[in-house]
Amino acid sequence: MHNKSLSELSASLHQGDFTSAELTQHYLDRINKYNGELNAFITVADEHALKQAEAADLRLQQKTAGKLTGIPLAHKDIFCTQGLRTSSASKMLDNFISPYDATVVEKINAAGMVTLGKTNMDEFAMGSSNETSFYGPVKNPWDLERVPGGSSGGSAATMAARLAPIATGTDTGGSIRQPASLCNLTGLKPTYGRVSRYGMIAFASSLDQAGPLAASAEDAALLLNEMAGFDERDSTSVERDVPDYTATLSDSLQGLKIGLPKEFFDEGLDSDVAATIETAIKMYESLGATIREITLPNSALAVPTYYVVAPAECSSNLSRMDGVRFGHRCDEPKDLDDLYARSRGEGFGEEVKRRIMMGTYALSAGYYDAYYLKAQQCRRLISDDFKQAFKEVDVIMGPTAPTTAFKTGEKTDDPIAMYLADIYTISTNLAGLPGMSIPAGFVNGLPVGLQLIGNYFEEAKLLNIAHLYQQATNWHQQVPDAFQ
Amino acid sequence: MSLDKTDVEKIAHLARLAIDDDAIPYYARDLTNIFKLVEQMEQVDTSDILPMAHPLDAHQRLRSDVVKETDQRELFQSIAPKTDSGVYLVPQVIE
Repeated sequence: MHNKSLSELSASLHQGDFTSAELTQHYLDRINKYNGELNAFITVADEHALKQAEAADLRLQQKTAGKLTGIPLAHKDIFCTQGLRTSSASKMLDNFISPYDATVVEKINAAGMVTLGKTNMDEFAMGSSNETSFYGPVKNPWDLERVPGGSSGGSAATMAARLAPIATGTDTGGSIRQPASLCNLTGLKPTYGRVSRYGMIAFASSLDQAGPLAASAEDAALLLNEMAGFDERDSTSVERDVPDYTATLSDSLQGLKIGLPKEFFDEGLDSDVAATIETAIKMYESLGATIREITLPNSALAVPTYYVVAPAECSSNLSRMDGVRFGHRCDEPKDLDDLYARSRGEGFGEEVKRRIMMGTYALSAGYYDAYYLKAQQCRRLISDDFKQAFKEVDVIMGPTAPTTAFKTGEKTDDPIAMYLADIYTISTNLAGLPGMSIPAGFVNGLPVGLQLIGNYFEEAKLLNIAHLYQQATNWHQQVPDAFQ
Repeated sequence: MSLDKTDVEKIAHLARLAIDDDAIPYYARDLTNIFKLVEQMEQVDTSDILPMAHPLDAHQRLRSDVVKETDQRELFQSIAPKTDSGVYLVPQVIE
């Protein structure tokens, strides 16, 4: 059951080959069997899931079911789920039972999907290895000594081990695409504004976007159909029709113009990863695409710019965690200031504190122009590079990450080495463009992801480009031996 | 730029973060290194560049001023650390 596509599962549920309750139980059994070694879930929602499965089975019987009704999924623990703990992998929210659903959760519930549980992540989505979680690190199913990437590492490990048919993630600087690359998955970060951020615990509000982590582009398209759309409760949600992302999956790639930014193939890229990416790109030539080198001259500014913009926004967003209305409160505060400082000092982990301090400093009197304003200007330069590139090409390709999965603990003492794990993904968030990572092969048994970057609102084209590659290759169908 | 103990203490206070004294040298080291990385931005001249605050250059939407939300005070306060008679309790601020 756990190697079927969403379309196959949907057909089986509609034909009555098995019920949603049986399918849900199958996945819950797999989670119970494997979660101990992977630590992919923070909360397993057995009871809640079986109740939703029962309701889905009723809809299937009554012929009021949609395409995804009765199919289970896992949500990153950053999405508020009414009645279920929503921790964002922080001690600060360890006791937080959300009183409402995120829009993404509400839409997915309305489609009749079943929530298996909430997946582990880097604390408040700040990290690239899933090692900053209050609930401990997640293991990569391809090699348990290695990280699954982050911040959506729990969703990625869940999918790599096939503990759910599909999962949600969020991406602020690469947090869907980089774990997808390290775990052999198809991950999509939509255009900024395409998916509602309401009820998604905010990290950096001008960068955050939610998207699917899936076994294939077709599965990702099906879930994006449910996730995308205008939401008046998110002030940056875009009023624009949502196409059927599955309708154009098989469109021909004849004449597709692919741009390869030379800055994405520099000395920072592992040579075996580079060779794998080059082989994948050759495959596109055989599918009818033409390749040309392009330049994104301000690429080197992406990491410095991001580490001003993201911490600045996080320091503001996380000020709501103050020990007053919800979340962790310290014992016996002696005054209000002590309550704030100790609740936050105890509730946040090291990386979160580091980023709050970076942001606080960058926004403080006397430094605003040198850091925040300067970063916003650099952000414009980065965005303009993409605008220029998309005058010449239809899609940009390159590696998702500079290396395959690294070992747990390898980069934890060096924040900057960790930040560079997102060197190829960050610029997409700064520009607000859609990006994907798709499985492109292996180096020493570890997955390599090919990154696709599209123009604004061209998710359908990216999914089409990914789908045709997956029709011609079987990398995306590979599952680690221990989790077959 | 290099941050010292006093800088870290000042930033931690502005951020309302209690941090251990033992950890201050590590924060000073890490923040200094990160700001060195950030200062690579200085290599480009941006004097004529319009700052970009938002990826889509969107403007704020307006909506009509009508009540849509219902009162859910009890639900929202059910997860609060300390409440009394519908208000959140914190240590006394005014003598």
